Amino acid sequence: MGKTVLVIAEQKDQKLRQVSLEALAAARQLAGDGGNIVSVLVGDNVDAAAQQLADHEQSQVVCVTADILVSYEAEHYFAAVQPVIDEVKPDIVILPHTASGRDLAPKIACHLDAGQISDVVAIEAVGEDVTFKRPIYAGKAFETKRFLTGPWVVTIRPNNLQADATNGAAAPIVKRTYTEPTPVRSQVVDVQRKSGDTRDLTEAKVVVSGGRGVRSADGFAPLAELAEVLDGALGASRAACDAGYCDYSLQIGQTGKVVTPDVYIACGISGAIQHLAGMSQSKLIIAINKDGEAPIFDIADYGVVGDLFEIVPKLTEKLRDKIAAVRS
Amino acid sequence: MNVIVLMKQTFDTEERIRLVDGQIAEDGVKWIINPYDEYAVEEAVRLKEQQGASVTVVSVGNEDVAQALRTALAMGADEAVLIDGTDLHDERAIAKALSAYLAKTPFDVLMAGNFSIDNGAGQVAIRVAHQLGLPHVAAITKLAIDGGKATCVREVDGDVQTVEVQLPALFTAQQGLNEPRYPSLPGIMKAKKKPLTNVTLRDLGLSADDVAPRVARIDLSLPPKRQAGQRLSGDVEAQAEQLADIILQATGQAGAR
Repeated sequence: MGKTVLVIAEQKDQKLRQVSLEALAAARQLAGDGGNIVSVLVGDNVDAAAQQLADHEQSQVVCVTADILVSYEAEHYFAAVQPVIDEVKPDIVILPHTASGRDLAPKIACHLDAGQISDVVAIEAVGEDVTFKRPIYAGKAFETKRFLTGPWVVTIRPNNLQADATNGAAAPIVKRTYTEPTPVRSQVVDVQRKSGDTRDLTEAKVVVSGGRGVRSADGFAPLAELAEVLDGALGASRAACDAGYCDYSLQIGQTGKVVTPDVYIACGISGAIQHLAGMSQSKLIIAINKDGEAPIFDIADYGVVGDLFEIVPKLTEKLRDKIAAVRS
Repeated sequence: MNVIVLMKQTFDTEERIRLVDGQIAEDGVKWIINPYDEYAVEEAVRLKEQQGASVTVVSVGNEDVAQALRTALAMGADEAVLIDGTDLHDERAIAKALSAYLAKTPFDVLMAGNFSIDNGAGQVAIRVAHQLGLPHVAAITKLAIDGGKATCVREVDGDVQTVEVQLPALFTAQQGLNEPRYPSLPGIMKAKKKPLTNVTLRDLGLSADDVAPRVARIDLSLPPKRQAGQRLSGDVEAQAEQLADIILQATGQAGAR
């Protein structure tokens, strides 16, 4: 018996987020034979993302659009998806564990009076028995969970599950009109795009991160350049944030964000336990630090004992040349 | 104005996790208020100082959690409530218990942390708001209350949103909201005399069925230990050259030579 799975997909800057395809792959795995997958996209203009999503085989892609949905807000987004949930009556709802997915999922779970397993990094299905693995203590340990009763609500961590690669017959795109909640009690009145790098840390394939050794806000400039060459994101340790070198939104650790990129480059970071929790699941870790005794070297695949202000610019230069050589 | 803060006691962030007989060992562990909840407590105490408010801190757990609640009282909260968590085994159940308590307790502002640094699911507070039919704004870095309305700032994926919301509402605290104070000695002395009420599920009119778990943990494990790798030798030039190749290999851009 197949299951009905609803995927709450997500777009950014009118492009489908990669994690949406990871959610779709999870849906395919959980729906089983004869299952039914429906995706939902919410926003002001989701045409391009819907097209991308519809290229992957599924029952339908539902778009709920309105001008007010341009920026995520919990009440409005819930009002956008609720009628779809009530109509589709899903056995399983899957969302990305992103800023908006993690905000919306508990409302959906509460609406369905359902259990929710958050921030899933692996799904194992053996017949009817499905288990979900997720980090606790920011990855200092992992727990495996299962649902005791349905429906299920699951949020998946970006960058951990394989993305869906099924290209079947194009799925139909269904447009729904949006009905505002009454009364409207909360709304976004202003949105400012932060200057500089806006790549989501948790989705970046490469993270260049700075600690106290960066010594000042200006000290982050060579790190930002390195991140840019690698199309990566900039991160920081708690020490760097507390010292005011950078914004708290960059903090990686048990407080802050947990990242699992392909490459993590720690510059001037000593490696406090609270920081290691946030990055030690990265696939490849490189540490650059003056202090050869720094604990970060105990978990780094490659270490360079030296001055980051000499090594990082040199590395950026080498990478720039090598990447240009390949492209030409 | 009545402000209620939902808070949790967690391991200190510098604790390592040890498994003993398949369970997380708690002996000798240093406990703290979940750091995100600490911002929430601080914000509530500031509202009290700036606008006049009564602040109640509420937690779910066993009797040891009284310690974290006393710390919040020492920071300036007025009273504390500890809901017995013995039979509450998942986020839905905890949210049900909190909602049952809050449904009987009038408030204007509900505060909580953005997520807990132990379980990290980020479900409970938002479930509570939804269950009570309240709007919420999560991960705020600024909060201004004016009459029956709040204006807050939150950062989402590189965007800075300003959100207006009618009270009562839930706000969850993000890092950067404030700098939590250390409890003063007079604060600690006063906290000992402030009321701390224990509440059971029966007091809340909840049966075992109402809070029956929907999910269960079936296994716990530690991540594979990472081994110290290789130290790169040579001068800066040689180290950078090696690093560049290692990185391009890992990002699938190898061949770049």
